[in-house]
Amino acid sequence: MSTALLAVQTLNGLQLGVLLFLIAAGLTLVFGVMDFINLAHGVQYMLGAYFAVTAYNLTENFLLAVIVALAGAMLVGLLLEAVIFRHLYGRDHLDQVLATFGIILFLNEAVRMIYGSGSLALPMPEALSGTIRLMPGLLYPVYRLVIIGAGIGVAVLLYVLVTHTRIGMLVRAGASNAPMVSALGVDIGRLFTIIFAIGAMLAGFAGAMVAPIFAVEPNMGDNLLILAFVVIVIGGIGSVRGAFVAALLVGLVDTLGRSSASDILRSVLSSSAANQAGPALASTLIYVLMAAVLFFKPAGLFPARG
Amino acid sequence: MQDLAATMPATHVASPPDRMRLIVPAFLFAALALAPLLGLVGAERYVLALFTRCVIFAIAALGLDLALGCGGLVSFGHAAFIGIGGYAAGILTASGIDDAFVLLIVALAASGVFALATGAISLKTRGVHFIMITLAFGQMAYFVANSLKAYGGDDGLTLANRATVFGRDLLADNRSFYYLSLALLLGVYVFARAVVRSRFGRVLRGAKENETRMQAIGFNPYPFRLITYAISGMTAGLAGFLLAEQSEFVSPAFMTWQRSGDLIIMVMLGGVASLDGAIIGAVFVVLTEELLSGFTEHWRVIFGPFLILVVLFARGGLLGLLTGRRHG
Amino acid sequence: MADALLRLDRVTKSFGALRVTDAVSLDIPRGELHALIGPNGAGKTSLIHQLSGSLASDSGRIVFEGEEVTGLPMHARARRGLVRSFQITSILPRFTALENVALAVQSRSGSSFRFLGDAAREARLNEEAMEALALIGLAERASRIAGTLSHGEKRGLELAIALALGPKLLLLDEPMAGAGDGESEALVAILRALKSRVTILLVEHDMQAVFALADRISVLVNGSVIATGQPDAVRADAQVRAAYLGEA
Repeated sequence: MSTALLAVQTLNGLQLGVLLFLIAAGLTLVFGVMDFINLAHGVQYMLGAYFAVTAYNLTENFLLAVIVALAGAMLVGLLLEAVIFRHLYGRDHLDQVLATFGIILFLNEAVRMIYGSGSLALPMPEALSGTIRLMPGLLYPVYRLVIIGAGIGVAVLLYVLVTHTRIGMLVRAGASNAPMVSALGVDIGRLFTIIFAIGAMLAGFAGAMVAPIFAVEPNMGDNLLILAFVVIVIGGIGSVRGAFVAALLVGLVDTLGRSSASDILRSVLSSSAANQAGPALASTLIYVLMAAVLFFKPAGLFPARG
Repeated sequence: MQDLAATMPATHVASPPDRMRLIVPAFLFAALALAPLLGLVGAERYVLALFTRCVIFAIAALGLDLALGCGGLVSFGHAAFIGIGGYAAGILTASGIDDAFVLLIVALAASGVFALATGAISLKTRGVHFIMITLAFGQMAYFVANSLKAYGGDDGLTLANRATVFGRDLLADNRSFYYLSLALLLGVYVFARAVVRSRFGRVLRGAKENETRMQAIGFNPYPFRLITYAISGMTAGLAGFLLAEQSEFVSPAFMTWQRSGDLIIMVMLGGVASLDGAIIGAVFVVLTEELLSGFTEHWRVIFGPFLILVVLFARGGLLGLLTGRRHG
Repeated sequence: MADALLRLDRVTKSFGALRVTDAVSLDIPRGELHALIGPNGAGKTSLIHQLSGSLASDSGRIVFEGEEVTGLPMHARARRGLVRSFQITSILPRFTALENVALAVQSRSGSSFRFLGDAAREARLNEEAMEALALIGLAERASRIAGTLSHGEKRGLELAIALALGPKLLLLDEPMAGAGDGESEALVAILRALKSRVTILLVEHDMQAVFALADRISVLVNGSVIATGQPDAVRADAQVRAAYLGEA
């Protein structure tokens, strides 16, 4: 593989990584602080994309579309929390899996009813639609760089929020010992609601940001949800830092694996065998990674608890 | 509540008499045996296909209930076993081997080996991590199936014909196929019941309730769980074999994570760890899907909220609603 | 004592900077009821955890019947006859009392990898389990769901489970904890009856019970054994009185 191609694939990997981080950040906090498995988190990402498309069609303003997506995803998150999730804290994980699976079925199908099964697209803002020359022979779309930048920006923002504010302190304490935080007289219910709102908003933001480059369709959140779970398990449940590192790791391993697995295999296998096994290996690579991490470090790379 | 229980005659709390325990399954199997009669009114082919699916998923759900309900092993990757059983049948048929016994043995062996290998690793983890690692293995199997270019890749693989028994095409008849599936369900059910009540099952149930206590009296739960996971996986593999034979088709769609979720739904809806509940849940889910999708293609808009309501208001599942028992 | 059933040789465990057990050495000969006392936080329960195998020691050796068991997991030690009870009642709440005990019998009699046959109807398991229950005075509670038993009955069940394992050495972690006066007396009577059958290491706060039952007593303070000896000698030990009984 040439250097330019490697650079492009690395950037693509980073882009997938920050995307995963935006989704995984909320998931890992909800999981870590509330001990709550929220399968419906991927739906927030899909909703973000649909809110953005809808808002753009009405206003033809990209920035406004993103803001609407953020607000919309957050409102849906708050609504779900108030109506359903709140009754499931402290319940069996199995109950949580079942109920949030029901939410996925409902929201995916509701979106299909309203918008149809076909994929929609959000036009890319004119100013960001060009390419930029990063090095000789390497042109890269500006918009994808913007996604990477925005993702890293959010990561920094979250880091500051978690390490330097009162809420962040409570979140960290909650992830390592929720009963204690509750015993300190903190309104844990309100803390949960805030975390949910932020998580939903981040997932919605991710959805809106990728709407110009990915197909916007009803089940778009499902596979990303699974990847996000892989990320938080590798990173250590409840750890934002772990989610960030693991998201980039998963993004890079997945992207580079897909582009080079066949090439690498060709050095040990016959060409046709490598072409056969390459894609299989590439698409399972991150799951192998996760199984290996869990085998050697059962609590993930950056365990939040003890 | 506790005081009330304490004043009741203990036997009623502990174990209802065996006759009572047989009423629900006797009714269930009688109903399933008679179900093809609905086909006499018309559309026999459709009725048989529908109820065969019910029976096949009941087998898979029973398998999952053994691990999830009795062993406390919440596997979110059981669809992989269905796929492995299905692909064993599909690939062998494509290679010109279509003897039912050979296919069945290979399907069971393949799903068993996959269960032992993945279980050996997964069972080192607990709780949520176990859910996630089984999900990961399920996804791995799914993507491997997708990449099987020689066997249709993501389009799947059509079986040229159903399996033969001693060279005769006994399974080609849909009614025979239905009753074969039903007989297998009965066999699995009887076996599962025996396992739960056996010495082995008692250790398994004990380890679900209190792992430390079991270790303190000299049991290492790990091998018990691993064997249970293998039995559970092989049962789902059997279901996959039947599903591929019935539809004469197998594809990666057999093993999506949503399908694993469906299996959990079946077990939970019926009532965890009750075995009868797994069958009820599977039949209920398959029939409900069919019924609702007859009304509207957007049946999930109804089914999704239904699941949420069950979780919020009916904690013992359908069987719990019927008998007043609750899990918790 | 060459024929000590259990020998602890400089058993040590730290959590961070805190030494919960500090080079504890102790010999317990066959047939003895040895009591381990000490103020809260002295490391008694940590020591029990290390002996039973639920907590790994940092250093030191634990020798049981001449065989080193330091690295063995809990279930392997239980099978060798090194059996513990729990300070916080640890039973299978949804099993009947009889089943709780029958599982213990099952653990030492025959393979548990049997997939057929109704374990609840195995006469041999149930008979031995009933014997253990009867010994504790719980025979008529056999078919009750364990979770519905009274607190004292649960403590007794805990003992019956341990006994059904046919232990060579019983590690009893505060068997009287939370028991009422009447229940305590009953438990003392039961333990007195058990003394002749099995070696016991008893951790207990109830000093009346300890001095009534123990052949020898060890005093653990801040992770170290500061005295070991006959009850009267320990009672008279100045160091014990100073450190433990809080006397000048």
